[in-house]
Amino acid sequence: MAGSGPTILIQGGGVSGLVTAVTLAEGGARVTLSEAGPRIGSGASWYAGGMLAPWCEAEAAPAEVTRDSLQSLSWWADHVPGVVRNGSLVVAPPRDQVELSRFGRRTSHFETLGSARIAELEPDLEGRFDHALYFPEEGHVDPRCALSGLRERLLTLGGKIRLDSSVKDGSFDWVIDCTGLNARETETNLRGVRGEMILVRCPEVTLHRPVRMLHPRIPIYIVPRAQSVFMVGATMVESDDSREITVRAMSELLNALYTLHPAFAEAEIIEANAGVRPSYPDNVPRVHRDGQRLSVNGMYRHGFLLSPARAAEAAGIIFGDQA
Amino acid sequence: MRVYGTELTSPLMLGTALYDSPAILAESVRVARPGVVTVSLRRESAGSQAGQAFWELIRGLQVPVLPNTAGCHTVREAITTAQMAREVFGTDWVKLEVIGQGDLLQPDVFALVEAARLLTEEGFKVFPYTTEDLVVAERLLRAGCEVLMPWGAPIGSGRGLNNLFGLRALRAHFPEIPMVIDAGIGRPSHAVTAFELGYDAILINTAVAKAGDPVGMAQAFHLACEVGKLARAADPMEARDMAVPSTPTLGKAVFAS
Repeated sequence: MAGSGPTILIQGGGVSGLVTAVTLAEGGARVTLSEAGPRIGSGASWYAGGMLAPWCEAEAAPAEVTRDSLQSLSWWADHVPGVVRNGSLVVAPPRDQVELSRFGRRTSHFETLGSARIAELEPDLEGRFDHALYFPEEGHVDPRCALSGLRERLLTLGGKIRLDSSVKDGSFDWVIDCTGLNARETETNLRGVRGEMILVRCPEVTLHRPVRMLHPRIPIYIVPRAQSVFMVGATMVESDDSREITVRAMSELLNALYTLHPAFAEAEIIEANAGVRPSYPDNVPRVHRDGQRLSVNGMYRHGFLLSPARAAEAAGIIFGDQA
Repeated sequence: MRVYGTELTSPLMLGTALYDSPAILAESVRVARPGVVTVSLRRESAGSQAGQAFWELIRGLQVPVLPNTAGCHTVREAITTAQMAREVFGTDWVKLEVIGQGDLLQPDVFALVEAARLLTEEGFKVFPYTTEDLVVAERLLRAGCEVLMPWGAPIGSGRGLNNLFGLRALRAHFPEIPMVIDAGIGRPSHAVTAFELGYDAILINTAVAKAGDPVGMAQAFHLACEVGKLARAADPMEARDMAVPSTPTLGKAVFAS
């Protein structure tokens, strides 16, 4: 293993665990990552949208989320292939136009587009919406590709990955708990927020960027992925329930997809899933320290957006202590 | 307002859904100082006990809880949800919603009356979400309800008090019954109007949760309830068809020059 830096055990191989592991390994730490599940990213990260949208998130998140997530676009572009920086688009059905103006009042760094510009950016949406908000600086990434990219990166940096939760933590200089809801015994104010998502394949429609479809009851987003696959997400239910996707959620997601473009009616449903997001009461991810133990948790729906900032915070504590 | 033998500390009832985070919800409740908070079981729990963490949070607000049956479309669903709520929150109060129309979330008043009767027989104290219809109101009272909760406008629409005539008539027809404007209130001015009409309380959720600054709006509604109650108690003047000067101009002419 490279370096003579501190030895660190990172528990949890979701997005926060992997980003923290890579960040620390790059700083010279000797990192071992343990994951209790059958593979890397078997928790909530696997079902993420992968939108790198600091400004759109300001619609419902406090200013610190936007501030801390600005670095995430370049962080991901520097670390994994396939980061797309085409911005994001926000639209609303004709009768819900007030939702669009509300969204605009809460956010910044966007342009208001008319139908001609919408058609230029997304030819397949020509004639479907009169107005849209365009956030040109945002991006997106396929979370599953990104997680496996980080795994490779960690191994290249000399990190070890153990699919085994029984790694003894006593022999490490530091232990970092990134186990999400599994950390509830120590992180007692964590709660679960259930999310449901669908993957469809639809060669008839091409989108170049994530599209958020506003609706007073069921706001959803559609993120394009490789090979004509689209991710449709995501519900937000105050619940720890991780059972399969419900009929209600599926019909809401699919209805919204169909509203975006009727050609999605012929799309093939290739996956439908549910996950539970670990969340603190203010829905903002946090780093906590207890002696030589750190916890990076509460990613809520900001795992890909805020892991780089929280990992940097953890690295600051660890390397600051070494100095 | 006194309802089912209990004096509420405030005529404001605040819903707990749609906030950007539980932290913002908690702060909004602290500032609004509501007499009760309402909570939906059906949607938040996905049909099981898995919503425990959120319910724990609601109990932690230290405000009496009025569980609701939001999202229920049938008598059976509403009754099951009410029974579950009684278990979870240890209260026999239930805000009864039976939705009959998906687009406007209009109450199914026939199912509402039936569910109110069955729940009352089971010992529940029912707070029925209804329209301003006098006949339905009469039936709900006969079914055992001791409070009425007519809508101002459809749920979440923020359109205020749509049918002033109907709401006045309802108020006048049942002067002794505690009445709450439930749904449709979007702004503090709507709340003030509700109290001026003689309503005893208001129930709001989206108006606070989806405001740009929910905590600021919670404060505004807290004050609006105070304003409305004071105005009502002070017996507001009636509108007149002619101007009446507040300074007697007759006398003024004599002393002015």
